[in-house]
Amino acid sequence: MIAKLVNFFGDSKYTRIRWRLLLVILALIVIADFLIDRHETENFWDAIPGWGAAFGFASCAAIIFISKFIGHKGGIMKDEDYYD
Amino acid sequence: MIEWFHPALLMIVGGLVLPLFKGAWQKSLSLIVPLLVILEVSQLTPGVNGTINFAGIELVLFKVDKLSLVFGWVFAFMAFIGNLYSLHITDTGQRVSAFLYIGSAFGVIFAGDWFTLLVSWEIMAFASAYLIFASKTQPAIKAGFRYLMVHVTGGVMLFGGIVLHGIQTGSFLFGPLEYGQGGSLAYTLILVSFMLNAAVPPLNAWLTDAYPEATVTGAVFLSAFTTKTAVYVLLRTYPGAEILVWFGVGMAIYGVVFAVLENDSRRLLGYHIVSQVGYMIAGIGIGTEMAINGVASHAFAHILYKGLLFMGAGAVIHMTGRRKLTELGGLYRTMPWTVALYMVGALAISAFPFFSGFVSKSMIIAAAAGDYSATAALLLTVASSGTFLHTGLKLPYYMFFGKDCGLRPSEPPKNMLFAMGIAAIFCVGIGVFPGLLYNLLPYPVEFEPYTATHITETLGVLMFTLLAFVLFLKYLDPENTISVDTDWFYRRGAKWFVWFANKPVLRWEQFLITLGDGPALRTLHRWSKRSLRLDTNIVDAAVNGVANTARRSGEGFRRLQTGIVSHYGLAIILGLIAMVGIFMLFGTGGV
Repeated sequence: MIAKLVNFFGDSKYTRIRWRLLLVILALIVIADFLIDRHETENFWDAIPGWGAAFGFASCAAIIFISKFIGHKGGIMKDEDYYD
Repeated sequence: MIEWFHPALLMIVGGLVLPLFKGAWQKSLSLIVPLLVILEVSQLTPGVNGTINFAGIELVLFKVDKLSLVFGWVFAFMAFIGNLYSLHITDTGQRVSAFLYIGSAFGVIFAGDWFTLLVSWEIMAFASAYLIFASKTQPAIKAGFRYLMVHVTGGVMLFGGIVLHGIQTGSFLFGPLEYGQGGSLAYTLILVSFMLNAAVPPLNAWLTDAYPEATVTGAVFLSAFTTKTAVYVLLRTYPGAEILVWFGVGMAIYGVVFAVLENDSRRLLGYHIVSQVGYMIAGIGIGTEMAINGVASHAFAHILYKGLLFMGAGAVIHMTGRRKLTELGGLYRTMPWTVALYMVGALAISAFPFFSGFVSKSMIIAAAAGDYSATAALLLTVASSGTFLHTGLKLPYYMFFGKDCGLRPSEPPKNMLFAMGIAAIFCVGIGVFPGLLYNLLPYPVEFEPYTATHITETLGVLMFTLLAFVLFLKYLDPENTISVDTDWFYRRGAKWFVWFANKPVLRWEQFLITLGDGPALRTLHRWSKRSLRLDTNIVDAAVNGVANTARRSGEGFRRLQTGIVSHYGLAIILGLIAMVGIFMLFGTGGV
């Protein structure tokens, strides 16, 4: 069972199904976010439906590009024998 | 009766006895002792035991309360899991040092005074260093020495801080520190030494430098104890110290940024220790009851999922001998159990609903948002996205899936898989039944993790992180590089130091030596002759003179003692008049 499940995520023949599954899940999350009751809004973002989705996507993109930018342009990434 | 038995004693004596046994006996003992420790911790109740008076200082070896018990529980579980994971190793030294390391970690969390804490703290540093040296490779030995150097420096600072604090407050009892109480220097020294062990940037590089060089099994222990004992002592001494909020938030982001650049699997996980401990440090800085509960529960959950992640990455290294993501990939075909168990840890650290991180991390973020600052809460959420991106997506993708590296290793030894399995059960168990963990916390929990908003928002953040990962995958490919962190200062800086010691300092020393042999020595001779003359002619004469004067005055005083009261009365009156006169002449300015 575990081997099959892991194989589903690895084997390229399931790529299309994986994509569909992902899109369905993403859609469900956003829809659910619009449907839930939001009476307990502690922070301003709690009142915005779809906030988590937008924030997650933007955060991830920002982390990837800003980090790589700092790494390459900021002189952080060095050859492996840098300290030798 | 049983309460007198300190878990540290059990681990340390157990560790010292271990070498007397061989083979299966030693292995059995390495599991039985941690089981006894779990039993022992389950019997502990809050209270103070083992108070002794040492050279006038009250030492409290064994103080138990709800907060130390949370850490006691998870340390005991991790002691068992870690030893089960390392059951197959034959290196007795590693087993013994792991025992001493865990034992001294218990020593820290149950310490009631600063000296017990300091001694345990130092044993931890040395015992843990062996787990790095035990790799026996050149880079590991170098990293081990750097690790020791940094921790010994931290230890000296802690010692200095404790002595200053003790002198100024008169108490060595371990407890909250306030700025100014015991002097601001003591406050700062102790804070910095604790932050060093918690790997707060810029004092973080020892961790990401040394942990990936440790042995496969050693790194599992390392990931659990050092930073978390530091979190514990910070929680005890600096709750509500505002500076920690921003250090913590910065740390959470710092770890995430460096993890993007990292190619070494366990170094990447090391950066995520930095990031996760950042949440705890921020929580300590907030310092409310909810935040402290959040920190304690997050430390508990963290030790187990981080241990699981290190076990997963370690299993891959154990089976393939490779640690760089650029050299791995496609292992899912033959290591499905390792993949699945690793992923449980990854989902737990990423705080997916029904996993442990969801019920612990969110308490800190909620405390930040509710009681502190929305900016801190939002930045911590950015770091959450990064956590899933690296430990949940990047690392497993390039290690287990992605480009096929052609290797077909089998699953790791059974004991490794079982240890991972137990940790995974904890990760899911805590997520599904958060009450079990919440009941252990120091304050009553008024926090409900499973609200509709919290679930959809978290899933939104995480699953759209996944979407961004899939879309931008090609920009995330690991590269064959290493990252320069703050260890640059003592790795490159050391070369400057050696140059400085060899060139200017050595030359100056040589100059001084020649100077000493020649003119300086002659001058010294001349001066000593002169001072000898001074001694015989003037000092000795003066001493003799004083003695003679004293003898003569004694003679005079003896004659003054006539035994007639009226003479004495006259002397007293004359004395009084003289005193009043002196007082009136000179006394007004001085009084």
